[in-house]
Amino acid sequence: MSNYILPLLVFGIVLYGIFKKVDLYGTFIEGSKESFKMAMTIFPNLLAMIISVNIFIDSGFLEFIIHLLLPFLKIPMEVISLAIMRPISGNATLAILNKIYTKYGVDHFYSLLSSTIQGCTDTTFYVIALYYGSIGIKNIRYALKTSLFADFIGILSSLLICHILFG
Amino acid sequence: MVSKIWGYFILIGIVYGLMTGNVTAINETILASTKTALELLFQIFPVVALWLGIAEITTQSGLLEKLSHHLTKVLGPLFPEIPKGHISLSYIASNIIANVFGLGSAATPFGLKAMSSLQEINPEKEKASSSMITFTTINTSGVTIIPTTIIALRILYKSVDPTKTVISTLLATFLATLAGLLLDYIYRRWRHHE
Repeated sequence: MSNYILPLLVFGIVLYGIFKKVDLYGTFIEGSKESFKMAMTIFPNLLAMIISVNIFIDSGFLEFIIHLLLPFLKIPMEVISLAIMRPISGNATLAILNKIYTKYGVDHFYSLLSSTIQGCTDTTFYVIALYYGSIGIKNIRYALKTSLFADFIGILSSLLICHILFG
Repeated sequence: MVSKIWGYFILIGIVYGLMTGNVTAINETILASTKTALELLFQIFPVVALWLGIAEITTQSGLLEKLSHHLTKVLGPLFPEIPKGHISLSYIASNIIANVFGLGSAATPFGLKAMSSLQEINPEKEKASSSMITFTTINTSGVTIIPTTIIALRILYKSVDPTKTVISTLLATFLATLAGLLLDYIYRRWRHHE
């Protein structure tokens, strides 16, 4: 089913363009051209973000923090790592999610909880760096705070909702 | 704020690595990161190029405005600074629609278009406008209705019910977005009274 969405969407857009007598080829090229300019501004932002986040994660400091938190929480370490890593690294959390599925089984409560956390939040740092970086904004004001707050509430809600629905 | 966090991540990482004798790993990380960034760019770039082309057709043909018309009416009150009929709201709507249907690849280019058109009406070019912040708040709090990546992964692991977390994700996303918008609203009012 999901395989049909993209081709049908492109079909519909092109058909409507023909119907409205748009110079399809020229317009496509005109729009696509912008991608080079975008890529040039995006790349330094990606690079900066990845270096910083990877040094932080690979140093093992996060694991150290998680071990400190562990005795106070009734959730296994992998789920806490997932929740903490979620805003800073999409790849790291996807790897952790795979680990949780393998360890507990895909239909286990922890797997359902982790899937919900993964689904209801986004890689906030990455999106912020990419979106604001692409237009050269230097002062993002309270953008990170509102987004991180949403992530935090998303994680708490996941815990609550999963306990009610699957607990 | 990002600038400070960026610096602290690096400092803490390197100091902790030195303390625990994990320097070799960090040495490799620094060098490997440049490659990872380029790989990520190669992953995003072709898709962005493709969708920016297609997006331009939808803009020129008027389809974008037509499709996003109803959603822009709902979104309008959240973005009081955007002039009526400005294209940025249509891009914001398209970004949300793409996210809702799990079309992540289309969502990013529309999001970037939304940001650049918001920048056109931004009086201070180096400072984020309130509209931009409201938009990224909605964007980063998920807005997914169909979590396609998760469902695909759950199928891969032979789940008995791959779509079991759709409802829980939807509820949690809704609460997260609501909370983000609430804080955003408070900041807007607070700045307003300064």
